[in-house]
Amino acid sequence: MIVADKKPIEEIIEEIKDKRKLLVLGCNECVTVCEAGGKKEVGILASALRMYFLKEGAEVKIDERTLQRQCDLEYLEEIRDVADQYDAIVSLACGVGVQFTAERYLSTPVYPGVNTCFLGANEDRGLWTERCQACGACILARTGGICPVSRCAKRVLNGPCGGSTSGKCEISKDTICAWQLIIERLKALDKLDEYEILSPIKDWSTDRAGGPRKVEREDVQQ
Amino acid sequence: MRLQYPTNIQIIRVPCTGKIDVIHVLRAFEKGADGVYAVGCMEGDCHFNSGNFRARKRIAQAKKILDTIGIGGERAQMYNLSSSEGPLFAQIASEMDEKIRKMGPNPIKLAKKKAA
Ligand code: SF4
Ligand code: SF4
Repeated sequence: MIVADKKPIEEIIEEIKDKRKLLVLGCNECVTVCEAGGKKEVGILASALRMYFLKEGAEVKIDERTLQRQCDLEYLEEIRDVADQYDAIVSLACGVGVQFTAERYLSTPVYPGVNTCFLGANEDRGLWTERCQACGACILARTGGICPVSRCAKRVLNGPCGGSTSGKCEISKDTICAWQLIIERLKALDKLDEYEILSPIKDWSTDRAGGPRKVEREDVQQ
Repeated sequence: MRLQYPTNIQIIRVPCTGKIDVIHVLRAFEKGADGVYAVGCMEGDCHFNSGNFRARKRIAQAKKILDTIGIGGERAQMYNLSSSEGPLFAQIASEMDEKIRKMGPNPIKLAKKKAA
């Protein structure tokens, strides 16, 4: 899933303090699971904002709404009849949702209510870690199912580098060396001979290096 | 045992303090409460293991928000006691009452009055 973190309330207040009619818009998917932008967080932010404005002596109307997904037109349409009644929308979806909402509702400014962080997994209660950088040409088959693109600080494809010490990466002793994991995993799978095969130079044009990307699939187009 | 505690305290029962969420605390302040405190079982004695630890974290979150928006995080507190400690319950109630009186009324309540 897309992992997001809470944005400090003071930062959000700074953006919208002159507005008088606000919609706090949550998203029911990724950001709900990582407890940053679901219905619950919408309620908390809206309540905090209501109190902030009341205390400042400003009369501000703050509504709450949570859509199934903000990255899908069909759900975004659900606010079609109300969106332009607001001075601003604070979207608690990931950056994708914030932008898609803004693209659909041109007359209402949309502000981000979370910090979108990475594609990751929920390792433990309250702990999310990065697993993929959406490079567009997955090489997990060659690396024992462990991604060196997202988990190796240098994105080395024939690792480890010389900075790997006792299984830890040289950037921090808390960061596991992805290549150590890869080798251990290949060993466990009895595929260590595959480690000997050099990875060819990766075509980074499918990554961000090639500019904004798109996936176009005729087979599912109308 | 008949113990006195301030009559302005409204008790809201929950099955376990682990049921208390940040939004419940914030809503209470939004509605004009001057202070909110959660009274959980002693740490380590939670029937559900971690209910009171969760409550403590959520109260801490609410405190942070209240500080950010200028209401005062000190208005939200977490206490732990065992169910047999009636006198301590009364003492905590008085302590909280005193603390909040010193802080004065919830600014939201005042602002609402002004607006009305
Ligand atoms: S808008 Fe973002 S958070 Fe919401 S479902 Fe889409 S990708 Fe996930
Ligand atoms: S190789 Fe690319 S697509 Fe595969 S997990 Fe790593 S970043 Fe994601």
